[in-house]
Amino acid sequence: MTGYLVRRAGQMVLTLFLIITFAFFLVQAQPGDYSAFYALNPDLPPDVREQIRESFGLNKPLWEQYLIHLRNTVTGDFGVSFGHFPRPVMDVLIERLPRTAVLFLSATVLSFYIGFFLGKAIAWRRGGVLEYTATISGATLFTVFTPAFALMMIWIFAFRLGWLPVGKFLDPLVWRHAEVTANFVFSQMLITAALFTVFAFLVLYAVKKTGRVGLARWVPVPLALAIVVAIVAWSLSSIGGLALDILRHMILPIVTLTLISFAGTMLLTRNSMLETVREDYVMAARAKGLPEKLVRDRHAARNALLPVVTSLVYSLIFAIDGSVIIEGVFSWPGTGLTLLQAVRTEDLPLVMGAMVFIGLFSLLAHVIVDVLYVYLDPRIRYQ
Amino acid sequence: MITPPNYTPVPGVSPEPPVMDVGHSRVRLALARSRLAWQSFCQGWSIFMESRIGMLSLVIIAIFAVMAVAHPVLMLTIWDADTYDPVTGYAFDQFEQPAPPSWRHPLGTDPLGRDVLSQLLWSTRSEFVLGITAALVTVAIATTVGAVSAYYGGFVDVLFMRLADLIIALPGISLLIVLSALFKLNLFYLALVIGILGGFGGTAIILKSQALSIKVKPYIEAARVAGGGHFHIIFVHIIPNLLPLSLLYMMFTVTSAIFAEAVLSFLGLLDVRMSWGIMIHTANTGGYLMGGTRYWWLVIPAGASITLLCSAFYMGGRALDEVVNPRLRRRNN
Repeated sequence: MTGYLVRRAGQMVLTLFLIITFAFFLVQAQPGDYSAFYALNPDLPPDVREQIRESFGLNKPLWEQYLIHLRNTVTGDFGVSFGHFPRPVMDVLIERLPRTAVLFLSATVLSFYIGFFLGKAIAWRRGGVLEYTATISGATLFTVFTPAFALMMIWIFAFRLGWLPVGKFLDPLVWRHAEVTANFVFSQMLITAALFTVFAFLVLYAVKKTGRVGLARWVPVPLALAIVVAIVAWSLSSIGGLALDILRHMILPIVTLTLISFAGTMLLTRNSMLETVREDYVMAARAKGLPEKLVRDRHAARNALLPVVTSLVYSLIFAIDGSVIIEGVFSWPGTGLTLLQAVRTEDLPLVMGAMVFIGLFSLLAHVIVDVLYVYLDPRIRYQ
Repeated sequence: MITPPNYTPVPGVSPEPPVMDVGHSRVRLALARSRLAWQSFCQGWSIFMESRIGMLSLVIIAIFAVMAVAHPVLMLTIWDADTYDPVTGYAFDQFEQPAPPSWRHPLGTDPLGRDVLSQLLWSTRSEFVLGITAALVTVAIATTVGAVSAYYGGFVDVLFMRLADLIIALPGISLLIVLSALFKLNLFYLALVIGILGGFGGTAIILKSQALSIKVKPYIEAARVAGGGHFHIIFVHIIPNLLPLSLLYMMFTVTSAIFAEAVLSFLGLLDVRMSWGIMIHTANTGGYLMGGTRYWWLVIPAGASITLLCSAFYMGGRALDEVVNPRLRRRNN
């Protein structure tokens, strides 16, 4: 297991190195160079232009430039953004990464659960009305033109019904007199969510350790208690209203991203379930007289999960791309929107930084899925 | 000598036996092959017909194909270029742009006075060209890479498979957005990039695993014993057997190519004259989208076309999956 993890981490570093190299040579391949942004000014005399090129290191040979670029990237120095001028690229990206992470993680987890649940249900009752409706609506949502769908969601829920805000991260009117920054509030919210996840995991682990099946029924009680405690603590604090504002802005993007990405998992689970329900152990479980629900969930679905997890990488990449589009439409200021804005304003350092960040993000997701797979499939663990 | 029953010898000409040339047996072989191919096609077709979703998607694709053909025909017959050109036309007969649907303009006009139906039909053709080019590039690369890396194994295999892993881990739309910032992307380059990414990416892995199971079949060994070279075995024996599966991945590539084009041109990052994505882009930048259903003809035809064509190719691929992959078929007993 440890050897596998070490090998996997080594591969990840190598891949990241390739991505950085690719990004560098992509910029080299385009016409012009970084200095064009400054040096294209017609008022500049030629010697000043040469001076600028020298100060950027653009007169050095290509391999030396590449080595400098590599060193800077590894030390987290992506240069200074053209668009947000005095701020370094790293600063901009670090500010926006948690927002993307939250949007992406919650939508992925939600869509995985919904997709898996629906997939096993429609595979179990083949040919029913549920299968046709779920397959057709799922595939339509999966292939729907994401920007138009997101705009439609905004139009229905924010514009006509007025339940949720139209877009963006927060409402300036609420924050006018706020004494804390949005990032502070957001990081507090993240800490709360992380604490809750750890608590839930510990409760589940403890219940499993005791080995008493009847205890599982009482699991929701401490979790509900924890939620109540968190809500009370937040509403008593001075920043409760601000957190609520951010939460209200989060709902619509997360729901939209979940809706467009659950169908991939659903269709995969269906296919994988169709293969497992023919296995002998499912027939054996039926022959034992176990209830249908137990056969489906404990015997068929458990084994159908493996190929779904293998293909989770595809759905993760789909969700990362989806979150770039969703961020663009909802003006959610995450990494994706940063990338889009940087592309539109030809802010090359920020484009490259955002690209490397998104690449790193998908690599991390890839590795997490692999580790999850090793955990689920003992055949790999003991290799 | 055996004579056919209705054979009457022509006086003065002695009957000659037919000369057996080398080409003759080749023709017979080709005939037998095509008959076999036709039989397996008919079998596959009957399985495909069973799936209602597959038939529906085929009908949708056919309707779009008719639409693509309809535009040049209409332009040549009843539509004059000044009014109906998808990019430079102007509807002089309307006082207000965008105009709602009317008899002269069945889907109305856009904010710049251009006929929406004409734009829709014109774009259909370029979407098909884009999708099919990308799919062909993908399949050409993926079958070759898959067959070569399954056949040779070793270093070539490791190289291609690690490359595929790397490409899978890259978010495609984000990469295309970055590329559009650096280069002028037109439809052809877009198709090429999507095709290359797909061909060296996940499709290559799937086709390689299929090629591995073909490689150990007896007929490959027979071909090798008969003196077939590496090149001959890969291109004559392995790749034709990969084609059914690669047809399936062609369908999925078409979906992703059309989707990527629509997203990029919606964001205004592509160098194309007119497409479904640009139609929505025009409506969005003009601020007509929040008008909701009031200006429906600016958004719904284009948006629905993207969704319908993408999902038709996707669902068609799924139905084809049941033909190619016997384990998914419903048992009839």
